[in-house]
Amino acid sequence: MDGEEIRRVYRESIGVLSVSLLGGLFAGGVLGSEAMRAAFRQYPGLLLLLPAFLATRGNVYGAFGARLSSGLHQGLIEPELTYDERLANAVVASFVNGIGISVVIGALSWGVLRALGRESARLVELVGITLVSGLLTSVVLVVGLLLLVFGSYELGLDPDNLVGPIVTTLGDIFGVVFLYVAVVIVGVML
Amino acid sequence: MSDLGSWRTRTIVATMFPLLLVLSVLEMGSGFVLESLEATYLDNPTLLVLVPVMIGMGGNLGAIFSARLSTRLHLGTLSFDPRDETLWANVAAVMLLAATVFSALGVAAWVVGRTVAEPMPLVELFVISVVSGLLLAALAVVISVAATYVSYRRGLDPDDTTIPVVTNVCDILGVVVLSVVATAVL
Repeated sequence: MDGEEIRRVYRESIGVLSVSLLGGLFAGGVLGSEAMRAAFRQYPGLLLLLPAFLATRGNVYGAFGARLSSGLHQGLIEPELTYDERLANAVVASFVNGIGISVVIGALSWGVLRALGRESARLVELVGITLVSGLLTSVVLVVGLLLLVFGSYELGLDPDNLVGPIVTTLGDIFGVVFLYVAVVIVGVML
Repeated sequence: MSDLGSWRTRTIVATMFPLLLVLSVLEMGSGFVLESLEATYLDNPTLLVLVPVMIGMGGNLGAIFSARLSTRLHLGTLSFDPRDETLWANVAAVMLLAATVFSALGVAAWVVGRTVAEPMPLVELFVISVVSGLLLAALAVVISVAATYVSYRRGLDPDDTTIPVVTNVCDILGVVVLSVVATAVL
């Protein structure tokens, strides 16, 4: 077997995977905390929606980041934070996709538990939690990606190599933190 | 007005939202496993520490492996032959990456687990992390090869098809594999 090829693939990937591991460990620490476990007990359905909530973010914001990156390469957008119709459309679409699917996930989770005749939190609670956390996550990820992709492009780096790890790391860290913030806000308001 | 092409809000949402819906429904399967084992996870909070990495890392490994398959397919150097040495070198690299990352996860999750709750024994956590990680990496390899082969036979560009499929399928399997292994070990 080709040892040189094995070493090359390993070297090229281990850095990115380590960054992703750190983000995931932080998120895991939040999930395992006493406060978050209490939230899982208080709102049946929250654990059910967790994988969908964490996984869809990668798709929505990964696609947004990839679009920014190829738009820059093709000269369709400029790396500046001024009004541009294409850029504004892409930002709005990410908000619609990201917040829309979060609400759907909250409702789906409630529906699945209902259909199975299991105990579930109220629909308004689950949708409230996913709406608030989806909204906060969208703002941070869209702004974060704009700054980081434009910044790295201006520094002469290829954003294509950075979008994946940026999305995974920011997504893991802010996803669970905002999920907890949303639990607190919904607990106070409902 | 300028030609917006694929940069219209409506076009982006119409292309992506149906995919997100399908994905969310599939992810409910993964969530169902978590919810069904709620007692196990809430009684062993250290296991919850593993969950976000298990959700994301399978997809990362699958993406690395299938991006390489896809590039070699485009270059015309991929042969789907079991004697293909470069293919096996890539498999070995992915398995080594998984062994490194999930060994580190086993130890680090134990440290994190100590700070947030009563930890489970280091050996059990380490075995659960490494065994589920290697299983997940093996599944990622099989699924990547299968998805690349199917898109090659159908004349689809694997860059548009295999990588999203592989990433999401591996993400869904992460929690399932972790839950099966954890139930067997505990």
